[in-house]
Amino acid sequence: MTLADLAPGDTAKLEKIDTRDPGVIKLMILGMVEDITVRMENIAIGGDPLEVGFFGSSVSLRKEQARHFKVTRITPTPST
Amino acid sequence: MTEKTEVKIPLSGIGIRHKARASIALIGNPNAGKSTLFNRLTGLRQTTGNFPGVTVEKHQGTVELTRSAFNLIDLPGIYSLDGTSTDERIAVDVTLGRVPGTERPSGLLVVIDATHIYQGLYLLEQLLELQLPTMIALTMIDAAKANGISIDTDALQTALGGIPVYPVSSISGHGLDELKEGLEHITAINSPAIPASWPEFSETAQQLTQQLGEAWQRIDVIQALLQTHPDYAGKLSRQLGTDTVANLRKNLFGDEPPAAVEARHRYQWVKGVIADVQVQAPLYSKISARLIRWTNRPWPATLLFFAVLLLVFQAVFTWATPMMDVIDGASSALGRMIIAQLGENAVSSFLADGVIAGVGSVIIFLPQILILFLFIIILEDTGYLARTSFLMDRVMRTVGLSGQSVIPMLSSFACAVPSIMATRVIPDRRDRIATILAAPFMTCSARLPIYALLIAAFVPNQSVGWLNLQGLVLFGLYLLGILGGLGTAMLLKSSALKGPKPHFMVALPEFRTPNLQTVAIKLFDRGRIFLKRAGTVIFFVAILVWTLAYFPRMDSADYHPDPVVTESVDQTITDNARAAAQMEQSWLGRIGRTIEPVFKPLGWDWRVSSAVVAGFPAREVVVAVMGTIYAVGSDADDQKLSEKLRSAKWPDGRLIFTLPMVLGLLVFYAWCLQCAATLATIRRETNSWRWPIFAWFYMTGIGYTGALVIYQLGSLL
Repeated sequence: MTLADLAPGDTAKLEKIDTRDPGVIKLMILGMVEDITVRMENIAIGGDPLEVGFFGSSVSLRKEQARHFKVTRITPTPST
Repeated sequence: MTEKTEVKIPLSGIGIRHKARASIALIGNPNAGKSTLFNRLTGLRQTTGNFPGVTVEKHQGTVELTRSAFNLIDLPGIYSLDGTSTDERIAVDVTLGRVPGTERPSGLLVVIDATHIYQGLYLLEQLLELQLPTMIALTMIDAAKANGISIDTDALQTALGGIPVYPVSSISGHGLDELKEGLEHITAINSPAIPASWPEFSETAQQLTQQLGEAWQRIDVIQALLQTHPDYAGKLSRQLGTDTVANLRKNLFGDEPPAAVEARHRYQWVKGVIADVQVQAPLYSKISARLIRWTNRPWPATLLFFAVLLLVFQAVFTWATPMMDVIDGASSALGRMIIAQLGENAVSSFLADGVIAGVGSVIIFLPQILILFLFIIILEDTGYLARTSFLMDRVMRTVGLSGQSVIPMLSSFACAVPSIMATRVIPDRRDRIATILAAPFMTCSARLPIYALLIAAFVPNQSVGWLNLQGLVLFGLYLLGILGGLGTAMLLKSSALKGPKPHFMVALPEFRTPNLQTVAIKLFDRGRIFLKRAGTVIFFVAILVWTLAYFPRMDSADYHPDPVVTESVDQTITDNARAAAQMEQSWLGRIGRTIEPVFKPLGWDWRVSSAVVAGFPAREVVVAVMGTIYAVGSDADDQKLSEKLRSAKWPDGRLIFTLPMVLGLLVFYAWCLQCAATLATIRRETNSWRWPIFAWFYMTGIGYTGALVIYQLGSLL
């Protein structure tokens, strides 16, 4: 599954990143690299953009960029 | 370096200005508190300029220490050194002394936000490759503590190989003295150890630098390897052979982009360091933290956004009015006093009607503008403004832009000039130009006087439900501006400026309490800029208009007033009639009559046309010019002026200001571009004449057309 499949409140670990997209590289420069834990903070109205938190920071990114980050979910989606 | 004699400083520590000796660069992530620290260290001893050839502001200042002084240069906030944005390139070039006119720094003061040491340490590791004497100012320690974060600065120093770390709180001033003490010795610090985060790369760079000899600096090698500087990359290939270099790159980066590989390596190392030096206490959700989290959710945030807009809107009007009345009264009194002292002649008229009325009519808007800017600066400082770009991204994408265009557009409600400069954050050039062309549509504070005047004169003060009709019309005009702007952006992005869909990544800052000193300094700066503009462009226009209206003096023999006027007992009527006649035959009147045919289809007579044309350099002038032309004297008393407007007639007796004409006039103002400063800023930011010229013709064109259509159709009804 990818980052785009997470729901608000989910935490996940980044596994593999497709580095061919320049937008993805910019996110890596901000610290979104393999093996870190991220939290899906917010999804804007309409499903895009997404707000992802890690190490005390928040980053806003488009859903299509989120699809380049493969993750494994750590917490299950809340039932509400 | 100049020779300095020993200066004995008295124990009381009276500051004696030293000749600044060396430059230190202040560098760090955006929102790390760099500007606040810069202001704290330099106080008002700072200057703002521009780096040559780019639209990046250059802030420099002098730091006075006990035994010496430094030149401190504030570099734009960046996340990495190998980025290609203008900000990042400038930061690197300044640090390497490659920018003409800017001294090469002899040391780096790296600002790291204690609540974001993850990104901060990444940049630091890159900076350490430069091998300059480096010190760290660890800011936001109060915020860190509030979030349960504690950092062991000693452990951090050790992990970084001995680089001094100075915790500071820019707000309370805690730690500043120690930092300043440390700064005294910055150039005495040895070059730091080679960064530990990516040993294979650093060692390769080291070997190559030694191998290549004199002409190559270490940083040149690094930029060549990472391919962030095309000249050096090419040079390296030529010197070592393309195959050798390709192999080197393959070993270091594999098939992936170098920036990605670098990020991966260095951040893994940073993670390890953080584990050693940072302790995050478990956060029990306080009510306030929970509340902030909730307002961050999309729906509450959007509603809050509109509530904030409404608040700002209201405040600008209600809070500003008393201050405006004071300024208005003062300038009127001053004008009357001058006339009383000097009598009625050219000099007193020049001073009272030209200078004071003209410039005064602009100064009167200072309170409104300051209030508007105050809100925007506070919203920006709290981090809230950045979040609006997240909320509004979807809306922006329907017109082909991204959320990053929201902030400049919002700032346009105050004044288009700084907002056009704010578009620098938009990385995509096409998006940036589209935003720049859309920004002047947003109802800026200069349009308010003419709106206020016309609405007060022609829109009845009634209630429609629980809303006020006048307020509703004003809101409608704001909406018209927004639609015009977004519509223009959409038009451009689907034709001339069509391009790939914009990326959108912003690091969203935390919410924090605004720093009063920073806010005050920024506000003062804005006020100064406004007054400077009033003192120059508007001053000259006012004088010019006055001169054209005053000369040539009407010969009494040519004055044939209406019998109604000569028989009138009311002195005001005779005075006004005479003044009106003078106006008509003056240069301004003659020019006005010549251009009248152009605007007649819009229902404007020569007086309205003249006033509007006179307003082209700066909209604010229009009200003053209208006042002059409708001959109510230097009071520019809106009450009297609005009465005059209501009763103004064509020679054949028809009213000039009919409803369709007024609506047309309002639409004209909503859409036309009447601001020399805006045009100048567009020219500067887009580096060409094409766009400001296009903007002027386009906006004035649709303004004219809109007014034309409304007047013609409205008159038929």
